[in-house]
Amino acid sequence: MEQLTHIPILSLVTYIPLLGALVIVFLIPKEKTGPIKAFATLVAAVDLAVSLPLWWAFDRGKDGYQFVEKASWIPSLGVDYHFGIDGITLVLILLTTIVGLIAVYCSYSAITERQKEYYVLLLLLQTFMIGTFCCLDLFLFYVFWEVMLVPMYFLIGVWGGARRLYAAIKFFLYTLAGSVLMLLGIIALYFYNTTGFLGYKGLGNAATFSIEKLTAVAAGMPAELQIWLFFAFFLGFAIKVPMFPFHTWLPDAHTEAPTAGSVILAAVLLKMGTYGFVRFSLPMFPEAVRNPRVIGLMAALAIIGIVYGAMVTLVQKDMKKLIAYSSVSHLGFVMLGIFALNMAGIQGGVLQMVNHGISTGGLFLLVGIVYERRHTRMIAEYGGLAKQMPIYATYFMILALSSMGLPLLNGFIGEFSILQGAFAKNFWWAFFAATGIVLGAAYLLWLYQRIFFGEITNPANAKLADLTLREQLTLAPLVVLALWIGLYPKPMFDVLRRPSEKIVQAVTRPAVEAPAFALERAPAAAEAEAAHP
Amino acid sequence: MTFAFRSGDWILLSPELFLTAAALAMLGLAVSLGKKKEEFLAFFAVLAVAVTAALLVFVAGQPGRGTPILGGAFVVDNFALFFKALILLSLAMTVLASVRFVGAAPYPGGEYYALLLFAGVGMLFMVSGNNLIAIYVSLELMALSSYILAGYFKSEVKSTEAALKYFILGAFSSGVLLYGLSLVYGVTGIMGLPELAKLFETLGRSNLLLLGILLILAGLLFKIAAVPFHVWTPDVYEGSPTPVTAFFSVGPKIAAYGILARIFYVAFARFHADWALIVALVAAATMVLGNVAALLQSNVKRMLAYSSIASAGYALLGVLGFRTAWGLWGILVYLLAYALMNFGAFSVVILLETRGYAAESVSDFNGLAQRNMPAAVVMLLFLLSLAGVPPTAGFIGKYYLFTAAMKAGYAWLALLGVLMSAVSIFYYFRIVAAMFFHEGSGTKLSSSYALTAVVAMCAVGTLVIGLAPQPFLAVLKSCGLSP
Repeated sequence: MEQLTHIPILSLVTYIPLLGALVIVFLIPKEKTGPIKAFATLVAAVDLAVSLPLWWAFDRGKDGYQFVEKASWIPSLGVDYHFGIDGITLVLILLTTIVGLIAVYCSYSAITERQKEYYVLLLLLQTFMIGTFCCLDLFLFYVFWEVMLVPMYFLIGVWGGARRLYAAIKFFLYTLAGSVLMLLGIIALYFYNTTGFLGYKGLGNAATFSIEKLTAVAAGMPAELQIWLFFAFFLGFAIKVPMFPFHTWLPDAHTEAPTAGSVILAAVLLKMGTYGFVRFSLPMFPEAVRNPRVIGLMAALAIIGIVYGAMVTLVQKDMKKLIAYSSVSHLGFVMLGIFALNMAGIQGGVLQMVNHGISTGGLFLLVGIVYERRHTRMIAEYGGLAKQMPIYATYFMILALSSMGLPLLNGFIGEFSILQGAFAKNFWWAFFAATGIVLGAAYLLWLYQRIFFGEITNPANAKLADLTLREQLTLAPLVVLALWIGLYPKPMFDVLRRPSEKIVQAVTRPAVEAPAFALERAPAAAEAEAAHP
Repeated sequence: MTFAFRSGDWILLSPELFLTAAALAMLGLAVSLGKKKEEFLAFFAVLAVAVTAALLVFVAGQPGRGTPILGGAFVVDNFALFFKALILLSLAMTVLASVRFVGAAPYPGGEYYALLLFAGVGMLFMVSGNNLIAIYVSLELMALSSYILAGYFKSEVKSTEAALKYFILGAFSSGVLLYGLSLVYGVTGIMGLPELAKLFETLGRSNLLLLGILLILAGLLFKIAAVPFHVWTPDVYEGSPTPVTAFFSVGPKIAAYGILARIFYVAFARFHADWALIVALVAAATMVLGNVAALLQSNVKRMLAYSSIASAGYALLGVLGFRTAWGLWGILVYLLAYALMNFGAFSVVILLETRGYAAESVSDFNGLAQRNMPAAVVMLLFLLSLAGVPPTAGFIGKYYLFTAAMKAGYAWLALLGVLMSAVSIFYYFRIVAAMFFHEGSGTKLSSSYALTAVVAMCAVGTLVIGLAPQPFLAVLKSCGLSP
């Protein structure tokens, strides 16, 4: 795989969907929906096929970024076209290409209108998402980060549910309002590195937006400036995550979006926010992150998100809304892990990003499947589906268990590792987070009970068809991933170790590092250790 | 001060002289050809602008053009050349966007094109103006032509109203400007901008002088439609024929920015402590009011009028940042982007003809994506660019302006600017939602090739500057003012 490093593989992975979208725009007339679907699926599949070798070619023992591509883009500003990945972005990119293919493939029967535009937008969105993860230049990152909103806005607005117009503009406004402050933060970093601003003496370095260089520079900034910039970046990321109290756009966007849109939102778009914290906030502003008040605030918001999110989830009557609110709770876990600032917390947080993408993405797919048959998402409309749709019930069970963190499935590994990190940091963090797990089990099991158990009381459900082969094919990869990460998480931890170590080194003084133990072992052993510490 | 005329001076002014001759010829042609040959008149106008542009390229190659000419009245520095190029671009786009519209209107087209060219002559002189009187006279040439253009639909009440409002308020603001100029002249006895700057190095400031500067500022803020001198804009933009509106929103505004920057960078830089706070407050008020008022509009032309007011506010950040190069670059980059994206947006409005008029209400855009996807997509591009979403020209422009504001110490203005950019999404996206989310069948599209070409050009420009700004930035960095 040596030669892989000489091919611009990251650019390929990023732009294959864009090229595919252009081909559809210019070469396939909109009446030919069959070829459009087939071609879009082919493009997404090729993209996945091109991205998969990264997993094996990636050198887990090496520090820094790999598969780096660099070219000058706007020399007048010091902006480079600079791509490269580390272990964290590797798993996120693979998650994106997998989910991207599933999103295209799951839309065949759900989307019946304006199909050409739909598949073009899905492919564009994929290019922008992967681009965001690949960027090693802050300016370029901002470009991808912003432009990503446009296709998602249209996906919600054209193919969404009844309140789609409201949800679409709310999604766009919230996320944009957050990220414009980040732009000022980026400008401030730029000037701190070069000629100075607002009374801060600049370092006089050459103009650059290189994330690596700016991270090194930013970490040496005065604490007060770090805190200002931390919050400039914080708002953009926190809205995207979304952290409490910036989460109100999420239930609307999730609920109104078409199934594929919800899946992508849950699996990838929300991860942009947590990724931002891991890549930028922590290593760039360690003084701010170490500040007890800042970290207290972050932990408080994360814990409120976990508990409040879970409690709101409990009372939802709409399946899709229920899963949407559960995301608030799950991402609270991710944030808590990240701000534990130790190996277990950060590795667990990043792993839980992937896990949440798998399980919540899968649950959205499942809700979409019954919605297509019944055109309602109200839980009260269902009941006793286990008899009528046994295969469906099985998939739902596995993904719900994965979402609530049952051992042997992926969610457990992530949550366990986060709890471990949180415990090492502060007992009460772990305590409150654990109540979130209990509540999570409650809302998911109760949801499952109401939909699947008992007799079929609603005659409309009596003739529901079980999963088709296509539907199973969209779900199966997620189940396989959930089992694989649940049974044998070592490869994931191996990939995440180096970058996580780097972040921990950046944010903590070496002496206070929490030990990361037991994580490479099989989950059963880890569980035993949890029971008898 | 010497008044020696050199023959080389006239060569440097050849674009202006040629355009004047062409405008006069246009009047003669219009009388002899009559209403039937109006497409030929449009062709002649475009040709005249093209030849002027060629002369501009020729002038750009002349040695020693940075020094003041005609007794210090004008200067053809790179800064002026950049603005002249932008002005010619907006002139050409206006003529092309007007072909179908002028042909359909029951009024003589020759006058229309001639007035447009005369306004162009005024603007070309204006951005070269190096002395207060030269600036004022060329500004008036532009303004008088504009007043008549606003009332070109002379039997339409709205158009006449627009012209009258524009004229009364415009004449008043010109009076304010002139009064300011006379005060400055009265105190100093000097007309030339560089000479003023030199004198101010030693001359202390006096209240009379500051009053003069303030009045000049007020007069120019009127021309760029900054709050609180913006009230005429929505009415004039709404009432004027849409191609004229498109022209007003780009050409005269850009020219006014040219002299605003020149006067305050060159002559009054020394007193920046006195005017910077006023400009900062005006910029803040303009950004906020322009964007908030635009939220309330259901008429597209009024909405775009308020959006152009907001744009004027952003560009003022560049005037504030004049002490670092970022400010000047910011103005240049943003105005280039603004010319393309704003004219493009108005061109799409013209494209949607209803009842002989262009699209008026947001609902005229309903379902445009279903009927004409390319038109809807380019309109989306223009609106994203106006809102400052990357990767568009508008983003690069705003990036420079916010950078300039940060560097100049106006972090609060940069913060306000980015927040207002987010607010602007709300009204721009009402048009987007109408185009893509709503059903509709009302308006039909104009099939004017000339107009389509303008839209395409603006779209390509907006996207290319957003994706590959380097060549443009490299040129702009050489477009400094000659001291």
